[in-house]
Amino acid sequence: MYDIKALYEAESVENAVQLLTEHPEAVIIAGGSDVLIKMREGKLAGCELVSIYGLDELRGVTMEEDGTIRIRPLTSFSHITKNPIIQKYINVLGEAVDMVGGPQIRNIGTIGGNTCNGVTSADSASTLHAYDAIMEITGPDGVRTVPIHDFYISAGKVDLKHGELLTSILIKKESYENYYGHYIKYAMRNAMDIATTGCSANVKLSDDKKTIVSARIAYGVAAPVPIRAKSAEEFLNGKEATAENIAVFAKKALDDVNPRTSWRASKELRLQLIEELSKRAMTEAVRLAGGEI
Amino acid sequence: MQRKLVKCTINGKYTETVVDVRASLTDMLRNDYRLTSVKKGCEVGECGACNVLIDGECFNSCIYLAIWADGKEIKTVEGLLGPNGELSDIQQAFIDEGAVQCGFCTPGFIMTALEILESGREYTDDELKKLLSGHLCRCTGYENIFNAVKKTMLKRLGKL
Repeated sequence: MYDIKALYEAESVENAVQLLTEHPEAVIIAGGSDVLIKMREGKLAGCELVSIYGLDELRGVTMEEDGTIRIRPLTSFSHITKNPIIQKYINVLGEAVDMVGGPQIRNIGTIGGNTCNGVTSADSASTLHAYDAIMEITGPDGVRTVPIHDFYISAGKVDLKHGELLTSILIKKESYENYYGHYIKYAMRNAMDIATTGCSANVKLSDDKKTIVSARIAYGVAAPVPIRAKSAEEFLNGKEATAENIAVFAKKALDDVNPRTSWRASKELRLQLIEELSKRAMTEAVRLAGGEI
Repeated sequence: MQRKLVKCTINGKYTETVVDVRASLTDMLRNDYRLTSVKKGCEVGECGACNVLIDGECFNSCIYLAIWADGKEIKTVEGLLGPNGELSDIQQAFIDEGAVQCGFCTPGFIMTALEILESGREYTDDELKKLLSGHLCRCTGYENIFNAVKKTMLKRLGKL
């Protein structure tokens, strides 16, 4: 038995908004692989829950007419990995979420929960940052969108106001077309572990595959929230795709991040990881894009 | 106390029961249906002892609310027995390979093995290890368990 004060099951998105408005103290439960564990630990014990797990309208990945990829938030990690649209256009996202927990966790954990809990180590978050994802939020006043960068406010806190829930993650065509990405999760174990630091890089090369037209890189656990290395990206844009340039880029990334010491790893180890992972992930992204390094 | 009627199919049989909304699926399967192959281990989704198949996919039933089982098809180790209590190929393989010692992790492993086997695919050793990585065994180590799953996979594919 879980220490649940009351549980309200939403029958539609509209109903979920209504339930959340009526019960201001209630916490949203999607797959439950964070909420139920926190409840067991005692952190969320005795709270009210609004369950959205039954809302099949919030599952699946589709392509809009304008080429935007719409990822519904209740899509489980394993279904993201197996999805043909993800495999074809943003394969790195499927690879990243295939590193979450273990197989059973990947069947219950949802990409919406992974982002809405505001945790910096979330395996999906760095790739979604690196692809300029847009969060579509539904609430009492209707639907609004916010770039993922602004969605994360502080550790554990995201831009979800009273009565609101995430209803889609959008990735625009210009954000993924001709980009190739690679994610590296550095953790102590190969399964059932949380990233010490994670790094997701992607790149668009010129037609002759020699010049970097656009490079993007984001990290988990390099700051209180997932973070992009904007100044490092700016340095690399327009440069030749060479090992030397990527090495300078990786060094520059250290100016953009702000890791701390935790029981998992020291700040110094994380800084070393950030430089090394930046180099390796960007090099692999260039290789995937058809470049030679 | 809030209660809810849950209708679902368990091991091929349609059933209904009224559950406390605070119950996990482990609670429901063990207490309401006496399916004690579903073990209570860590109860935080780490050890895999409570693993069952829901609509063909593996889930740790300890972190799955019982009310979510409504309309679902659930399978536990009890559902693998033949009409006269015969063991299935994967259960026999666990015995033959010495993959069972205390037996606490076994039902969970068997259900993950079933999802692997029913995919009809041949996996590499690394893929198999990854697919089995959601379970903890504190007795045998993992080698015998891995061998049991691999041999059954190859047998089913006619390659052993």
